Amino acid sequence: MKVAITSTGNSLDNKLDQRFGRCSYFIIYDTETKGMEFIPNPNKDVQAGAGPASVQLIASRNAQKIISGEFGIKIKSLLDSLKIQMIVLKEPEKTIREIINMLNQ
Amino acid sequence: MSPRPTRLRKISNPPLISGFKPYGAKNSNGKTEAVFLHFEEYEALRLCDYELLNHLQASIIMDVSRPTLTRIYAKARQKIAEALVQGKQIIIEGGKIYFDSEWFSCKSCRCYFNNPDKQEEIKKCPLCGSGTISNCQELFYEPEESVSRCRDICICPKCDYEQPHKFGVPCKSEICPVCGHNMLKKIMPQNKKTTKEKKDESSNYKYRKQFG
Repeated sequence: MKVAITSTGNSLDNKLDQRFGRCSYFIIYDTETKGMEFIPNPNKDVQAGAGPASVQLIASRNAQKIISGEFGIKIKSLLDSLKIQMIVLKEPEKTIREIINMLNQ
Repeated sequence: MSPRPTRLRKISNPPLISGFKPYGAKNSNGKTEAVFLHFEEYEALRLCDYELLNHLQASIIMDVSRPTLTRIYAKARQKIAEALVQGKQIIIEGGKIYFDSEWFSCKSCRCYFNNPDKQEEIKKCPLCGSGTISNCQELFYEPEESVSRCRDICICPKCDYEQPHKFGVPCKSEICPVCGHNMLKKIMPQNKKTTKEKKDESSNYKYRKQFG
């Protein structure tokens, strides 16, 4: 199963980005093959509609879960109809490595 | 001026099937016309006729006003009647809706997550895999105070045993615990509310809906 994680940078030691639509990087982690893909967010600096555009990006990679600090108001209904699970983690100090370790437990 | 945009209706249980087809048509030419039942109409029908809620309770669950719910419900019945009478197929799709999902929290990693797939029950945290999860929202719907507050009394016509009336249960279906006879509603002329009292209650309800 693929899990999307929002990150502040493109390495495992970077921290979890607290925003979803305007995060710096998306990390698509595959829990079965342990493979991961770093995608720079193209919607980082757009004026409006960053959330729905990011949802499209995640959905095109077939991720079934998204881990982020916060989700905007336009996102919830979109993700619900796409059956993607939202996981809200309010811990900005957690690194991507720690989150992946948690997923593997 | 453009009209006011439609308020999104909340759908808590999406339908399991995407439609119905008629069979055994007398003069079929192989093709049947379709009636498009919207998701919100399906949901209104489910809440009112399957869950047996009243329109006010259903409207709160769907996050619309009571008159709007009644309109959606009337439309649903009209469409289903049309399909039955004219032998059309029913396709459930469309409508101004959003899907609602339950939220849970995990105690060991302090995260929150939702369950977009209603079919599967969540037993462990998707992040750390521990079983210490709890449901965030109180899912069970509690009737509004103005609806559940009821001063009526059920009375047994045989032995005059009295008990407070249960909201939503007809007095006739209550059975007297003393003699086993079916009970009746006690007629109390002083129980009738004045118009002013009713008006107060409805304004209270609006206030609660807005702020509570």
